[in-house]
Parts: sequence; C-alpha cells; structure tokens
Amino acid sequence: MNTDILKLLENDARLTPEQIAVMIGSDVNTVKSAIEAFEKDGTILGYKTIVDWEKTDRESVSAIIEVKLTPQRDSGFDRVAEKIYNYPEVQSVQLMAGGYDLSVLIEGKTMKEVALFVSQKLATIDGVIATATHFVLHKYKDKGVVYGATEIDERGNI
Amino acid sequence: MIDYSKVLSKAVVDTPKSGIRKFFDLMNTMTDVVGLTVGEPDFHTPWHIREAGIMSLEKGKTYYTANAGIIDLRHEINSYMTRRFGVSYLPESEIIVTVGGSEAIDIALRAIIEYGDEVIVPTPSFVCYAPLVTIAGGTPVILETKFENKFKIDPEVLRATITPKTKMLVLPYPNNPTGAIMTREELADIAEVLKNTNILVLSDEIYAEMTYTGNHCSIASLEDMWERTIITSGFSKAYAMTGWRLGYLCAPKAICEQMLKIHQYGIMSSPTTAQFAALEALKNGDDDIKMMVDEYNRRRRYIYNGLKSIGIESFEPEGAFYIFPKIADYGLSSEEFCNRLLYEHKCAIIPGNAFGKSGEGFARISYAYSIKHITQALERIEAFVKTL
Ligand SMILES: Cc1ncc(COP(=O)(O)O)c(C=O)c1O
Repeated sequence: MNTDILKLLENDARLTPEQIAVMIGSDVNTVKSAIEAFEKDGTILGYKTIVDWEKTDRESVSAIIEVKLTPQRDSGFDRVAEKIYNYPEVQSVQLMAGGYDLSVLIEGKTMKEVALFVSQKLATIDGVIATATHFVLHKYKDKGVVYGATEIDERGNI
Repeated sequence: MIDYSKVLSKAVVDTPKSGIRKFFDLMNTMTDVVGLTVGEPDFHTPWHIREAGIMSLEKGKTYYTANAGIIDLRHEINSYMTRRFGVSYLPESEIIVTVGGSEAIDIALRAIIEYGDEVIVPTPSFVCYAPLVTIAGGTPVILETKFENKFKIDPEVLRATITPKTKMLVLPYPNNPTGAIMTREELADIAEVLKNTNILVLSDEIYAEMTYTGNHCSIASLEDMWERTIITSGFSKAYAMTGWRLGYLCAPKAICEQMLKIHQYGIMSSPTTAQFAALEALKNGDDDIKMMVDEYNRRRRYIYNGLKSIGIESFEPEGAFYIFPKIADYGLSSEEFCNRLLYEHKCAIIPGNAFGKSGEGFARISYAYSIKHITQALERIEAFVKTL
C-alpha cells in the first residue's frame, strides 16, 4: 500500500489523501498518517510543480556540468559535493560511475551567468580537477513529462 | 431513377443505428463538453509494441499472412490462453486471428446461424450482437439481466428462454456497459443448463484482463464446455490497441474450419503489421497490462465512491472499465437524463437504453479517463442532480 501512495503522489502531488484513500481502497486516516510518516522520515522530500519555462518570457538557461574530482582523505566526494550543492543555482548534483565524478545541473538567467559560475565558483573549489559544461538547448522530456505536448483526446466515439 | 428501397437488404435497412452513435452526434454539436463516453483505453499502445509493428514494416513484412494469421502469433495466443485462463487450443487448427473482436463475433455468428435460428442475447450489452445476429439471418432473443442480480445471467431465466430453435447463447462477460462479471460458480450453473443440448456459447472475453475482484474465468474451462464454446477476444482493450484492429477466435476445429472460410473469403488475412505488434504484446506485455489494470482499478474505486457520495446508486463494477449507475430514481428517462446533463451541464455519458431496453433507467459511464477528468465530470453530474 505504501509504495502505491508514493507512486500516486510522485505522479500527481495534488491528489488529496481522500482521493488516494478511495483509489487504493484504504481509509483517509491511514493514508494521512502514512504521508505524514513519509514526510517526517524524509522519504517524501517535497512537492513541486513542473513548469515549462519556455512558454513564459522568463529568461533562463541551464547547463549540465561534468565535474572531475580528487577524492578527499576522510570524506571521499561528499564534502566537495556538499560545497557544490549549497549554491542555490545548483539544481541537482549526482555522483556518477564512469568518465567523470559529479553531474551538476545548473540554472541561471544567461549563458554568461552560468559560465561565470563555473569558472569562478565551481572550478575553484578544492578537489575539483576539471569541468566540462554542456548547455541545454531544449527540453523534450523531464521527470517523465513530455514538454510542449498538450495531449488532445483523439479517441473515436465507438 | 433507381428505387433504393427495393434494392437494399431489408435486414440491414431495418437495423437501427447504434444508440451510442446517435448520442455522439448530439455531443459533437457542442463545445467544452466533459465526456465519459468512450469505450477504449486512454493509454497509448505501449512503445515496445508499437516498435515491433514499425520494425516489421522496416523489415518489409508487408505481405498477406496465412489466412488464420501468422503461426507464431497463434502459438502465442494459445500459450497466453493456457497460462491466463487454463484453456488450450491447437495453433494449427483452433485459432483464427481476426480484424478485431468485432470480426470474430461476426464470423462466429455467421458460421452457426441459419435462417430462423434463435440466438440468446443478454442485455444490457455491447451493441453489436443483436444486429449481427439479424443480418446473419437469425433472430436475437433478448434475455434481460437485472441490477438486483448484478447484471448476471440467471440460469432459470436462461432455461426459460431456450426454445427448440435456440442455436447459441452470447456470453458477454466481463460486461460492457454494466461492469458485471460471472464467477466460475455462476458459470457452472449456466453450463448445467446447456449441457446435453446442442446450444453453443459465444463467449466475448475481450475484457478478460480487466477484472478487479479475481481472475477472469472462461466458460470454456468448465467441464463439457470447451466443445461448445467459441471464444472471441482481442488486443484492443488489454493492450490499448484499438486502432490496430486485431482480435482472435478460439474454438474447436470443426467450427474453426467453417469460420475460417468466411474469414478467408471476406478478409483474406488480418493486418500484417498489427499481427507482428500483437506478437510482441503477448510475449512481453504482461507488465503493461498490470500497469493499466492497476490504474483502471484506482479509477473504478474513485468513480464508484464519487457517484455514491453524490447519492447515485450503482453496483460496484467488477470488470471492464465502465460503471452503470441507476438514474431511474430521478424521474427522468435515460435519454432525458443524459440529454439534460449534456445541454445544461456539458457533461456526456451514454443513456443506458443504448445497450438494450433493459438498460433503461441507467447510464453508462466510462472510466477510461484520467482522475482529473473524472473529477471534473463528477462535479458536473453532482451540480445537475442537485437541480432535480
Ligand atoms: C464487449 C465488446 N466486445 C467486442 C468489442 C470489439 O472490439 P474490437 O473489435 O476493437 O476488438 C468491444 C469494443 O468496444 C466490446 O466492448
């Protein structure tokens, strides 16, 4: 039941506990306390909205940066990762297996802003050996959602 | 000038247009309608299945197949039927791949019916049975199922409906539009009535995967019933493949041989691309079915509770993706209710009488829609019934 709740919320965070309870054949209080427990123990970390900013006039660019590190003696990559993710312009940081160590997603207003962030802040952190910046040109799909496509119901009426 | 009334087949001319169709024509004259009307999945065909269709085209599989369908596909149909429902058919002689469950129903009826034969058609049910019986020269004999009996066939009513002319019973479960199913025990009672007769069963099992209170039971899996059952099914609902137009027939060889002639002369072979896609569906589609059925089940509970909290009574559907609420208590006919709901609150559901006279007093609501869409429709239905 608990993974059902998580899956439903992951797909649509606006479902109410009442709706979820009905859908999975449980009762409201059970669902409510399950959600509260998830929020408390950090299984559920937050609720956000998926926005296609290209549809607005807000300027923004994002870039994926491959970062190579030298591991630190006591903390491995964790301390460096923490230093990086503390910057608010950093959207995500992931430890990778393969050709580089961290994948960092950055969002800024302009390309220049992002480039400056990389050269002045990211590249100068102790332990960072190299960076490679890839600017995102267009988002087709993110978090399972296809961008720009509003579905119309084309089903025939049989 | 040609007098068409003298030219056209009387049986066809006398066949009424589908009541669903009539309602859609009405609906399509309006904008911003929130409808819960369609009888097909809202999912796209899973990508790996579509890809298999595309691959087959890239490889140049653009020819006719064997009349009965590609043999690999018939093998997969047999292993699917065996694994899911415990009924087996010889791929070489007891399975025909058809153009949808629709063609399967049509040729099954035509292979059996002779002029004047009676075919028992339980209603409310899918709209095609009675017209196809008539066009094949038979006489549909309606057996009304009741809300009080969860829209199942009562074996005693069945017994009373049988005459010396009865050739066949249509067994439409899981049921469109009522959401009714019949359990193994209930089917055993039906089997008891039919044993020792020459009456065949046309078991339309297209919604077999969509059951929510237990696995579907095929009547062919009951003792003595395999030999008198024709199963029609297809890929439309289970794999969200309506547009591919692919279904199948499973029946004893003696019947299949005759049905195959009709298929051979009328169709040649079912669409090749669709057959290759269906092969992939049967091989690797179990998870897709589960994902979709889980989602339908959530919507089923959601809409059943939603209607209940508005104060509309329905029996909790156990199969397919429809709910069939009782609206008679509002003092309107099914058509009045649905027309006014449409005109006054821009919400479309199908009048129950489109599925047979016994559907009067009910309406069919499809829940092959997102929760958000269903919520919107429920709000409109609630606003409407408050005015009654
Ligand atoms: C009960 C029933 N049988 C058969 C069909 C025919 O489906 P298809 O021809 O797409 O396989 C339908 C479609 O709505 C149905 O509801």
